[in-house]
Amino acid sequence: MAEEYRHIGKATPRKDARAIVTGRAQYIDDIKLPGMLCGKVLRSPYPHARIKNINTSKAEAYPGVKAVLTYKNVPGWMGGVPYHRPVLDSTMRFVGDAVALVAAETEESAEEALELIDVEYEQLPAVYDAEEATKPDAPQLHEKIPGNVFPRGFRSIGEKALQEIVMGDVDKGFEEADFVTEGTCAYENIPNPLPPEPPGVIATWEDPEHLTIYTTSQSAAMNRNFGQPLLGLIDVRVISTQCGGSYGTKNANMIPMVHAAALAKATGQPVKVYFSKEEHFNAYSLRLGSRIHARVGIKKDGTVTALAGEWFVDTGAASEMAQVQVAVGCGEAQLALRCKNWNLQPKLVCTNRSPSGVVRGFGGQELKSSLLPLMAIAMEKAGLDPLEFFKKNYVKPGDGYYWRDGIWWDYRGIDFSKAMQKGAEVFGWKDKWKGWGKPTAVNGSKRIGVGVGVHGNADVGEDESEAYVKLSPDARAVLHACVSESGMGERSSLCKMVAEVLNLPLERVEITAPDTLVNPFEFGLVGSRGTYTVGSAAIEAAEDAKRKLLDLAAPVLGAKPEDLETKDGQIYVRGNEKKAIPWRKAMGIARTLTGQGRFETDFSLCNFMMIYAEVEVDIETGKAELLRVVAATDCGQIIDPLVLEGQLHGSLGSAGIDTALFEETVLDRNTGHILNGNMMDFKWRTFVDLPEFQNVILETPIPSHRFKAIGVGEVAPAPGPSAVLMAISNAIGKRIMDYPATPDKILKALGKI
Amino acid sequence: MKRNRDKVGKREGASQGAATTSKTAEKNISLTVNGKLYELMVGKDVNPDHTLACTLRETLGYTGTKIACDHGSCGACTVLMDGEAVLSCMTLTVECDGKNITTVEGLEDPKTGELHPIQQAFIDNTAFQCGFCTPGIIMSAKALLDKNPSPTEEEIKQELAGHYCRCVSHYLVIKAILAVAGKGR
Repeated sequence: MAEEYRHIGKATPRKDARAIVTGRAQYIDDIKLPGMLCGKVLRSPYPHARIKNINTSKAEAYPGVKAVLTYKNVPGWMGGVPYHRPVLDSTMRFVGDAVALVAAETEESAEEALELIDVEYEQLPAVYDAEEATKPDAPQLHEKIPGNVFPRGFRSIGEKALQEIVMGDVDKGFEEADFVTEGTCAYENIPNPLPPEPPGVIATWEDPEHLTIYTTSQSAAMNRNFGQPLLGLIDVRVISTQCGGSYGTKNANMIPMVHAAALAKATGQPVKVYFSKEEHFNAYSLRLGSRIHARVGIKKDGTVTALAGEWFVDTGAASEMAQVQVAVGCGEAQLALRCKNWNLQPKLVCTNRSPSGVVRGFGGQELKSSLLPLMAIAMEKAGLDPLEFFKKNYVKPGDGYYWRDGIWWDYRGIDFSKAMQKGAEVFGWKDKWKGWGKPTAVNGSKRIGVGVGVHGNADVGEDESEAYVKLSPDARAVLHACVSESGMGERSSLCKMVAEVLNLPLERVEITAPDTLVNPFEFGLVGSRGTYTVGSAAIEAAEDAKRKLLDLAAPVLGAKPEDLETKDGQIYVRGNEKKAIPWRKAMGIARTLTGQGRFETDFSLCNFMMIYAEVEVDIETGKAELLRVVAATDCGQIIDPLVLEGQLHGSLGSAGIDTALFEETVLDRNTGHILNGNMMDFKWRTFVDLPEFQNVILETPIPSHRFKAIGVGEVAPAPGPSAVLMAISNAIGKRIMDYPATPDKILKALGKI
Repeated sequence: MKRNRDKVGKREGASQGAATTSKTAEKNISLTVNGKLYELMVGKDVNPDHTLACTLRETLGYTGTKIACDHGSCGACTVLMDGEAVLSCMTLTVECDGKNITTVEGLEDPKTGELHPIQQAFIDNTAFQCGFCTPGIIMSAKALLDKNPSPTEEEIKQELAGHYCRCVSHYLVIKAILAVAGKGR
């Protein structure tokens, strides 16, 4: 049972709630700086082409135009991993790639100017399939990426960064197996996470050494951390505005930032680059493509004896940090599958389509969605109930794993079997599960099927965070932490933690704006890390500040600091609340007290999500409908129940569960054009299509920090796609091994077309 | 990949808008927003191809109205026109002469600052995550409750079917609106 707290675990209004419901919350397009220009991008109509000639003179002469930039006159900043993305290039590698940039006084002028740029292209052959791209005669995208396969590793996550899963002896493992199965599964629908607000950046140079960036990022500081090396180590101050949805995609996509910065440098004025929805569809972070060919060795009791295979990861025309997504995916595979013998070889490949980027699920959703259906083949062969299989194989105390840093971590968290079981009871798994390929119910042409998927992430403790808590004599506290708000309510949750430590009303705790100038080091809100990492730093800072306060109060009260307590801005000897002094009596009125906190990376804990799905498939039309979802987790301690509810409901959004049913970016593999790059043709779930949705949230204390909590937001969608695919396969009695399971694929599996 | 406000003028059917413009060119457009009357001069304050969303945000400063798709497919820009929920990104300003517009900024009591019950219910139920789609959803909810103070869950879903929410706050939004609807009974 969770402990009783004053604020923690209670539903409290989000700090920004009033601003959001009154329309006062400031998103990027609501901000206007004096003299701000509009930046626009001319985009390539071809998937692969070289610029033979480019003439910008007419555009430059157009009224209101302040700058036109091409590859010939942009700064030499290089992005991507390894460096392969200049600000602008003479080679276009996807439809929508940036050809030229314009800054003008109005949006209309900027757009007219784009049309006045004359470009002569030499078209080049293009490649759209990851395996095709690795063949010797395939078109080559980047000089720096020979054979279209990215070099492995990513130095900033460690010299030994995880690049593959190799351990034990797979040959021996296959010999020990009762069954060996084999197959291929593809999760390659490259859906768009598509936050409602398009991405945008405002750049303004204070002087050649100081650049200020306003960004709609979910992690302001990450733009400074990654932007500084890219921009030649100048000072980059980053402020994030209210973020209108991100789902990972608006962490630190550097391309709009360098475009805005280059235009602002060329014009000497602030420049806003704000994507249209079409650009958002055609030239912004998609999910990675994932295809696995693998062999699985399994015993009758569900022990996985060996797993060997190839993992093709298609990142499109460039890699923002896909190497880290591969590393984290490899780590997460080990959390869900306790196997002693592995040889999983990833290949990160570039192809001629809009680049993938950071997306909620971060390599793990992509890997799980293609790996778990292959595990399902093995489970079926061994006659195992997937629930029992997952209970047996999800990481347990005493186990360990190689995490993204390539280092072996001993797991010191809890056993999540209890949450799996509780979820199964609420879902009614025992009654609904009829065996592999067997529908739960048949009603005319309708077949009901159930499935289950699992996911978890040890990135809950990734990277560093720092926080200050400043107390003032009027009994208020300010948390200095560089935390943006993109919907997780983390800014409010952190205030709750500080208010809990200081025993203050929540209204008396504020958090600074997400601005790198006024805050200590922060990595960003990724990988469900906020609760544990930033939370730990904030709690430590609050405790440190409280200690300093009680030290000052001790002589005034004639007592030892360790005997003192504070509540609602009063300090008293424990047990004698009546004889209390206000903070100002201890501090004086001309003083503030600042406590400090810091968190260091810890991969020894992980979180957990299980999704149970019930679908109904019409075998006449091939249409699959999601009827019911149960999301089960154990988060140690709920910080805010409504915020958490929303995060788990989010498994339906952000290119999650529905990527198994209808969500996909349709790429024309003849022209390289995206065919459904608008909100009519890109299918999304509406209010009238909601399935029944239940959250099962357990609170078994997890040894993280003072409040025994762990974040789960990021992982919510990841188990969904494989669960739905399993449910569909069970409903129709035929296996489907790629996504989404659209009616044509279902009818094909049934042999009807 | 241009924004809609440019394309609108070039579309078929926009000739009607252009005709309206030439007629109204000599006179101003009167538009009431949240109880405040604005006189806008065509050609100066308003171009014939300006959408209501653009005018509200860029000309009049009502940035509470959000533009997401700018093509009438996501509901983010929903405002009330004479009490009806309309997509302001698909409405030309020149067609709004004499209209009464309510945006999300107009829901609070201007004197007391008290929130509209729908706004309060959204706060109490944390019926948003990123909040970008929230103003549009709140305006549709208001249009619904003004006409039908006690809608069923199904009626709420139908009314909000055109609103894109990618964080998936749908369940808590329905709960919030039902909380207000319950009070109307």
